[in-house]
Amino acid sequence: MTAPGTGAPRRPKLAVFKFASCDGCQLSILNLEDELLALTERVEVANFLEASSRVDAEGPWDVTLVEGSVTTAHDIERIRAIRARSAVLITIGACATSGGIQALRNRADVEEWKAHVYPQPEWIATLAHSTPISEHVKVDAEIQGCPVNPRQVLRVLVRALLGAQPDLPVASVCLECKRRGNPCVLVTRGVPCMGPVTRAGCGAICPSLGRDCYGCFGPSADPNPASLVRHFEAAGMPRADAVRRLRHINGWRPEFRRLADALANRGSSRD
Amino acid sequence: MTERRRIEVSALARVEGEGALHLVVEGGQVVDLRLEIYEPPRFFEALTRGRRADELPDLMARICGICPVAYQMSAVHAIEAAWGVPVPPAVRALRRLYYAGEWIESHVLHMMFLAAPDLLGLDDAMGVARLHRAEVERALGLRKLGNRILILLGGRSVNPVGVRIGGFHRLPAPAELRALGDELRRARGEAEALLRWFVALPVPSRPQDVELVALRHPAEYPMNEGRLVSSGGLDVAGDAWESAFEEHQVQHSTALHARRREGGTPYLVGPLARVALNSERLSPAARAAYRGLAERFARPDPAASVFARGIEVLQAIDEALAVIDGYEPPPAAALEVAAVPRAAAGAATTEAPRGILHVALTTDADGLVERLRIVPPTSQNQAQIEADLRALAPNVLALPEDQARRTCEAAIRDYDPCISCATHFLTVSIERREPGPCAST
Repeated sequence: MTAPGTGAPRRPKLAVFKFASCDGCQLSILNLEDELLALTERVEVANFLEASSRVDAEGPWDVTLVEGSVTTAHDIERIRAIRARSAVLITIGACATSGGIQALRNRADVEEWKAHVYPQPEWIATLAHSTPISEHVKVDAEIQGCPVNPRQVLRVLVRALLGAQPDLPVASVCLECKRRGNPCVLVTRGVPCMGPVTRAGCGAICPSLGRDCYGCFGPSADPNPASLVRHFEAAGMPRADAVRRLRHINGWRPEFRRLADALANRGSSRD
Repeated sequence: MTERRRIEVSALARVEGEGALHLVVEGGQVVDLRLEIYEPPRFFEALTRGRRADELPDLMARICGICPVAYQMSAVHAIEAAWGVPVPPAVRALRRLYYAGEWIESHVLHMMFLAAPDLLGLDDAMGVARLHRAEVERALGLRKLGNRILILLGGRSVNPVGVRIGGFHRLPAPAELRALGDELRRARGEAEALLRWFVALPVPSRPQDVELVALRHPAEYPMNEGRLVSSGGLDVAGDAWESAFEEHQVQHSTALHARRREGGTPYLVGPLARVALNSERLSPAARAAYRGLAERFARPDPAASVFARGIEVLQAIDEALAVIDGYEPPPAAALEVAAVPRAAAGAATTEAPRGILHVALTTDADGLVERLRIVPPTSQNQAQIEADLRALAPNVLALPEDQARRTCEAAIRDYDPCISCATHFLTVSIERREPGPCAST
């Protein structure tokens, strides 16, 4: 990249913004302990409030990372303004790519929730739905995960700075279990693992500890959750538990949402 | 074009933050001060209703990316208290190791990413690295070690997944613990060097009269067990938070404030309170460091909290080593968790890196959550942060805008408020009013 009119190289500008979230995905960037200093020498960190007091709120930025979901009217304006100033906009994490755990409100009465948590609910401004960034602006790449895998963020970032497309996994967690040589917890022990419908990228952490994957990396490409739920139910899982498995951290993703709604409303897992 | 300009003003102006500080000054006196926090609420106390209690370790971790351990573990302790789940001694010890990992990663993050830039007048840790690269690399190395502990027990450092009611999904192998122990032994010198570096920096002094609140345990430095005690003589059971404190809502914050039930006064939680109330429980190395800084701890001084964090990093390393050196793998039978769901109530208070974190819950006969209450440390410190700023404000009014903002920001960062609501966010607005005949209220 060159500065206009000079031909001299300039460092590309990186911005990081947060919406409704836990800050964990931004922290994942700071958890690149071995690469962080080298990375920040090669890019200009123009705006990253979790890490720096330097605030360049005007842009434009070469690459923008966005964490968090949209939950207020003000946030809708804010993400549009950020998009307008970003050459490449990449969303990071379950909140930004699916609406996050806070999207459980989307199937509830948010006014009742406000009154449950706050003595003065009228002081709280919030939308009825928590939605992913892509429902509001064009997104160039989505990195799924709760939290994102820092190695994936680094890889996508470097490719974006080189003008290349991201190369994110499309397969399911099952592939990572096979690579690690994990015995399948679902087949061998009947543990209700979401791995078959969950996107690879974490390294199959949960099955490696002997427990169920709970889908924090979101849906894999073309998942078949209906088939998986039929398997769970055949093994004796109550309907309500199956719905809870789907209505979780990535529950607002259409791949999980539609099935959960069908199960909750029709009382059958067969489409 | 009109629309675009509107967006620039109304939206991007607030990119600076999820918070703001409003000061109203009249005749040189601060007549109003509000630390506004408008972090959009995510309603965890509502969304957990009707969920299975055994889902809580995974759900609660999502409250905070910086201290997920304390959130998931406070909930686990509350469930175990409610259902009467026995915890084997080896599990109890590993939980202390787990907390030590989170304290190290969180405290060093505060020390190098928040405190050091403020103390050196720089924007960020990257700026610090340009001047003191070895120190920043030392801090990153210590953070990595803290994260390694979390990864060993939890699978990953952010939103770890290894915890379940009654124990862990997988216990570490003795060889894994030994390798970690070797690293911890090497790290102790690094932690001492890091603390020495901070001691040599121009750390300001801002002593004040505030009640300090922390857990206290008869034999251990407090992490996930103990009685709730204070510098004002409070001494109640750890699960009895609600007997001594209460929450209330203020219009300018989406985080509830907490105060003493008796008198409604602010109080301070966190490493400064823990160290002051538990200095005799520190390890020899940590106690030596504490004694060397005794005059900085003579009165509660939020500016000295960076030293308390440095001391607790040492303490956490020694705690972790004690767990590893004394570890005996439990017999497999001890790990068959007898967690039988029932209709019950339970509560627990543990020490998050930022201070006491209280969780109270009730479950129904099927083990579903009926009611869950979460009191995070940062919301407990909010009233004290405002009191601190009220005392500080007269001294900054004469300063140029930028310097006034930096001074107030640094004071807030001394509390290591959950990064999500308080890192580098501040818009300081100072409204100066002429005193008039009607200004008495």
